[in-house]
This record gives sequence, C-alpha cells and structure tokens, in this order.
Amino acid sequence: MTATRTPSDQSTSRPLRRPGDRIFAGTAKAAGISILVVLAGVAAFLVVEAVPAVTAPSGEIPGGEGLVGYIAPLLFGTLLSAAIALVVATPLAVAIALFITHYAPRRVAAGLGYVVDLLAAIPSIVYGFWGVYWLAPKLVPLFRWLEENLGFIPFFAGPTSSTGRTMLTVGLVLAIMILPIISAISREVFLQVPTLHKEAALALGATRWEMIRMAVIPYGKSGIIGGSMLGLGRALGETMAVALVLSVSGGITLNLISSANPGTIAANVALEFPESTGLDVNTLIASGLALFVITLAVNMLARWVVNRRADFSGAN
Amino acid sequence: MAKRIDVSDLDIYYGKFLAVQGVTVSIEPRSVTALIGPSGCGKSTFLRSINRMHEVLPGARVEGKVVMDGQDLYSADVDPVDVRRQIGMVFQRPNPFPTMSIYDNVAAGLRLNNKQTKKADLDDLVERSLRGANLWNEVKDRLDRPGSSLSGGQQQRLCIARAIAVEPDVLLMDEPCSALDPISTLAIEDLMTELKERFTIVIVTHNMQQAARVSESTGFFNLNGVGQPGRLIEFNPTEKIFSNPDEKATEDYISGRFG
Repeated sequence: MTATRTPSDQSTSRPLRRPGDRIFAGTAKAAGISILVVLAGVAAFLVVEAVPAVTAPSGEIPGGEGLVGYIAPLLFGTLLSAAIALVVATPLAVAIALFITHYAPRRVAAGLGYVVDLLAAIPSIVYGFWGVYWLAPKLVPLFRWLEENLGFIPFFAGPTSSTGRTMLTVGLVLAIMILPIISAISREVFLQVPTLHKEAALALGATRWEMIRMAVIPYGKSGIIGGSMLGLGRALGETMAVALVLSVSGGITLNLISSANPGTIAANVALEFPESTGLDVNTLIASGLALFVITLAVNMLARWVVNRRADFSGAN
Repeated sequence: MAKRIDVSDLDIYYGKFLAVQGVTVSIEPRSVTALIGPSGCGKSTFLRSINRMHEVLPGARVEGKVVMDGQDLYSADVDPVDVRRQIGMVFQRPNPFPTMSIYDNVAAGLRLNNKQTKKADLDDLVERSLRGANLWNEVKDRLDRPGSSLSGGQQQRLCIARAIAVEPDVLLMDEPCSALDPISTLAIEDLMTELKERFTIVIVTHNMQQAARVSESTGFFNLNGVGQPGRLIEFNPTEKIFSNPDEKATEDYISGRFG
C-alpha cells in the first residue's frame, strides 16, 4: 500500500500495549487454539483406533468384504439421507426466513420465528419416535402412489415398504430437524441486508419479490450456504432419529421407498457398538473416521464456494 | 422524457405525525430544482413522496396531489412500482448493489423492465448510461468487477448511471454529494448540468453554494419548531432566492443568521 505511514510504524520498538488488551488477546487466542487442539485430539484418536481395522485382513471385518465393503454402503446411506434432508429443507427454510423477514405482519413474524426456533429444542429421539409411529405410516400411501406413477425413476422403483421406514422418511425427518438451523441463520442475514440496498432496488421500480431477488437473496447467499452446511453437519451426524426410523437391510441402492436401505454411519455405530468387541470396535471407529473426513471435506467445499466470489459478497 | 410535476396541497404523514404540510409547487421540465433547508424540515420526505418511496416505511402516507404531465401519481389505480420506473432516484449514500458487477448494476433496472433484451443492445445501453454519468472511461476495462470496488464518487456516478439507464422522466437526488469529496462533488455537479438537457432533476442539498451553482429554481423548507410540520416557505428562481428573497426566514437561512 502507498498509504502514508506514521513514524511509530517504522520504528522497531513494539507499540505500547495495555495489560487489558494483552489479557483479552491472550484469552481469545487460547480459546481459538483450544478448538484446534480438541479437533486434533479427536482426529488422532480416530486414526489410531482405526489403524487395526485398516490393516486387518478383509475376511475378519464384519460382513467379510473388507473395510471398504463395510463402510461404503454406510457412507452412501449417510450422504443420501443428508442430501434428501438438505434438498427438502433449504428451500423451505429460506422461504420461511423470507416470509418472517419480509412478508409476515410483525406480530405473526415474531411468533412464527419463535415456533421455528422451538423445533431446534426438540431432542432427536423424539423426532425418531415421531418418525416411526406417526410420519412413517402416514407416508406409505404416498410411497405407493410414487411407485405406481413415478416408478420409472430409480428413486421410486419400489417395492414400497409396508412400514414406511424408508430412506425417504429418514430424509424428511432429518429435513425437519435441520430446518430451524438453516431458517434461523437465513433470517439473521436477511435482516442485516442494508435498507440502502433494498431502497435502491425499489427506487428502480422493483416489486417486493424483485427487490428480494435483486438485493436480499444475493446479499444473504453466504449466510444461506453457511446455514445449510451447519444443517448438513447435523444431518450427517444424526444418530438416534435415523437409528429408530430406518429399516436397514442391504447395500447401496438409490431406491428411496423400499424396506431394503443402507444404514448410516452414526446410526450404525449406535446400534452396533454395545455388542462389539475387539476388531469390530476398530471397524466402527474407522467408519467414524470416514464420516469425520467427509464432513470436513463438505465444509471446506462450502467455504470454497462462498469465498470464490468474496468480492461480490456485499461484505465490503 | 423530462416531464413537469405539479404538487398541490400535499400533506405527508408518518402514521399520525404530520411531517410536511401544505406543499404546493410546480417543477419545470429540463431544469434543476433545488430544495434547501435545515435538517428535519421535510425536504427529503417531500422528495421521497414524489416517487412514492416514502411509503416504503410502514404507516407513511400522503394527502393531496402530485401530478406528472396530467397524471395523478397518487390516484387509486396507479401502482407505485410504475411511478418509480418513471421517476428515478439517487440516494445520499452511494448504494450500488454489492453483489453485482458494475455492468450488472447499470443493467439492473432494464432487466426489471424488459427481460428479453439482446446482449448487444444491453451492452450498448450500459455504455451509453455510463458515458452519460461520465464514468465510462474510468470503468470500461473492469465492467465485471463489483460495484463496491469503486471509490465513493465513482459509486455515486454508477448509481446515477443505473438510474438513468431506464430512461426515467424525472431524476430525484437526495443529497447526492454529501458523502463525497469536493472533486467528486464537482464531477457530479457538472453531470447534473448535462443531465438536465434530458431529465427533470430535483435535488435536495445542504450545500447552498451547490444549490446556487446548479439549480434554476430553489425551494426553501423550514419548520417552526420540533414536532411541527415542515413547510415550503418560499419557491423562486434560484437567482432571486440568493439575492433578494421574498421571505425574511429564507434570507436568514441563506445568510447564516438562522435559529
């Protein structure tokens, strides 16, 4: 930069720092480092404990098809259920956030926002019970209809599960679980859109929806993506609800409405862990390591997507 | 192109609060009309009522008439969105869309009005508007950069380009130079002199020298006290306002003997 420098910048002596500043900077730095330490600790534990499973002969891994053969269907099930949840929840959450911030009368908006936040406070096991006993049976007729009318799409090939405990049901339960996170974060960024930008759009003769498309959604895009990633993280790691709802039997399939579904990593760990010993435990931990790596990769991908057009983020 | 605006007995409310009372004024086409007065006297409120921007705030409304070339802008069958497409606005702080490139900022209004524009026509219009705002030479090599990468003065001219790209009849400017340095201010004042050949311009300014430099007519707003509605005290040719105003209050204000 060519900006003029003040003399103190050029001198080699350290600038005067007050004790309060130093203490605060130190505390903040320590808090930041502690996150890295915890993360490194978890990663180290996963790697160390997974090594025996990685080095073991493939015949000794549960299922008898090696570690990759064991983890692959679980990983597929995890990603598929989370993807369904994200595809369903993101547009809905953004629409809810837009309604609350730009369309609803103030009193309705406050109440609705509170109700959506309340969804986040429900324990996941309650979602699980709700999914099994209420949602799944109710979805069976819909699955039948999908099989009959859209059966040519691999997702709806059938045969329809008679209990409704399918991959699609899990995806929908997960969608409801991650809805409040995405909606709350989208709502916050939509509220932060400067009035200046909204008025700029309105003064050009934009309708309210055009104003939202021109000024609000582009400005809030990084927030929507960030919220989705937090939601995705929860969907990938969700254990109890999936363990309760999903009927697991079988391997990789795109069929969302049959009773033969791949499991998910987290739910599989919860179900198998109590009865596992020795190498079985190492195998479960290795699957956990795979989930850890996938989650990290997804988050980095999202960050890359957000930063790619950082100049246009509106933050400057 | 460049329409005339007749305002009669306009009262402007925010909820129950009467902010501006009894404004009657005729704004001539192809001229610059300046509105001056102390802070809080309702100049900006009045300006925003001309293109129905003030009603964006909940509870804001007007009584009275604003007529543009025979059409009452506040009649029941007029959509405020259409009014704003005919009457453009430039704000106090430069507000290009931060998520759009320079090019997209200028094209934004046109894309609203007419979705099916050929790329070549759009290119043409963007260039013409940027030239119209005296900004083309400075940005022609970086049209794909964000609008927020420009300096404050350039951003304000970008906003002017965006406003004139849709060929409005009237251009409203709400203290367009108050956030700018003197050189950028001069650039915008020169621009106003060019733009008045094509548009009717109404500008709110706190800078009386600016009003004297750029405008043909000047209106002086004032209010009697806090909580009282603002009023248009005097509206006359700029020359007269600054040399021999009719009202004592105007003379006190422009000569600095105010309050």
